[in-house]
Amino acid sequence: MRKRLLFDEPLLKITIHRLCEQLIENHEDFSNSVIIGLQPRGIYLAQRIGNHLEKLLKKKPPMGMLDTTFYRDDFRRRDKPIEASATTINFSIEGKKVILIDDVLFTGRTVRSAMDAMIHFGRPDKVELLVLIDRMYSRDVPVEATYVGRRVSTVESQKVLVELKEQGSKEDKIWIVKKMKAKWKN
Amino acid sequence: MEELKVKHLLGIKELSKEEIQLIFRTASHFKEILNRPIKKVPSLRDVTIANVFFENSTRTKLSFELAEKRLSADVVNFSSSGSSVKKGETLLDTINNILAMKVDMLVIRHASPGAPHFLAKHVDANIINAGDGTHEHPTQALLDTFSINEKFGKVQGKKVAIIGDILHSRVALSNIHALQKLGAQVMVCGPITLLPRHIQKLDVKVELDVRKALEWCDIANVLRIQLERQQIKYFPSLREYSLYFGINKKLLDGLNKEITIMHPGPINRGIEISSDVADSEHSIILDQVENGVAIRMAILYLLAAKRPDYQPELT
Repeated sequence: MRKRLLFDEPLLKITIHRLCEQLIENHEDFSNSVIIGLQPRGIYLAQRIGNHLEKLLKKKPPMGMLDTTFYRDDFRRRDKPIEASATTINFSIEGKKVILIDDVLFTGRTVRSAMDAMIHFGRPDKVELLVLIDRMYSRDVPVEATYVGRRVSTVESQKVLVELKEQGSKEDKIWIVKKMKAKWKN
Repeated sequence: MEELKVKHLLGIKELSKEEIQLIFRTASHFKEILNRPIKKVPSLRDVTIANVFFENSTRTKLSFELAEKRLSADVVNFSSSGSSVKKGETLLDTINNILAMKVDMLVIRHASPGAPHFLAKHVDANIINAGDGTHEHPTQALLDTFSINEKFGKVQGKKVAIIGDILHSRVALSNIHALQKLGAQVMVCGPITLLPRHIQKLDVKVELDVRKALEWCDIANVLRIQLERQQIKYFPSLREYSLYFGINKKLLDGLNKEITIMHPGPINRGIEISSDVADSEHSIILDQVENGVAIRMAILYLLAAKRPDYQPELT
């Protein structure tokens, strides 16, 4: 297995700060904007963004978590079903500017299902997407992110491995991992 | 994730503890969806489900139909009254004709114990048992235990008394299996004529005095007297039954603790349970009904994930 480091802790901190500044440019004091983290892994990044925005703005923007399992287009088509996670959106998104947050943007299918799931909570004024890592040239559907931490070009056999403290890792590290092909054994 | 090992939901007996917990976790997500302004998800949009009811039903049928519609499935309903069953068609022929119309899943209620098991052997569709005679009623037991879990945070270690017509009750048998798999203690209580002869073999406590049963338990699951299944007289009169086994407020006030009251419905008010108990704050009868839709959504969802004609790609 070959690993390449994309983010270490200081770089991740700087990137989150930069993403927050970009958000503030467009959303000012977040009086009409909400943040929704995508389950299962986007919620950690959403939490960090939310906490950092709180430091910068002196108030926390409305935060929610959205699970897209029941809206996916690959139900009954994958060999193992995905287990659902919790959805907690305690506000209406009617007329709001919504910022969806996920860690990695790959095929775009999760984001497509998230937009499907999201409109069940109201008709937003505008929807934006923030991702930490954009895997370029691998989209199945025409979905692009509004704010990107880092763009990387990857091939399908590679995986992005996100290790955050919230997920139980010792330190924050984000890798690109390539599985080496096993040598053919006779 | 973990998935159901069974292809059909025929009874609780065939489920493992882990599978029941998976159903609970999935149901709790569906319960959240049912409390949204838009209570619908598109998961089963390419699935057709037939609800085949050879026996009367209000709650189960409505609950299944709502669960199916909340999951965006296409639904057809069949009830034996007014159908060609009256003209002499066999069960298997009826079902094969329904399946010929490209139906993926069958929800069946039948007066004969084992009817869903028979179908599971002979047809391709996923079968869900919505009650087979006096045998099992798995979705009822799942929603009962889910409701207990929701109220107390766990089922493990709880003491549950099932009171009433145990002999003719499919709810009783399914509940005994579900409660025991989840680690609860179970007692059955009723007139001796309405207790199955070898009930002790299921490792349940047996009590003939309803007051003692209530003193022992944390939760009382009260069952209806199933007169439609009783060909002979098992007790002198309903009035006498009500006098000796009916749950009323006076009886509950006489206990030195509070117990939770459950009932699978339909209620015969004034016979097995009095109105002041059924409508009291200790009763979770309507929560059971609410949870029924979420539980059935979870079962449909988890079984649909195992479509028989679907072959995963080999990688």
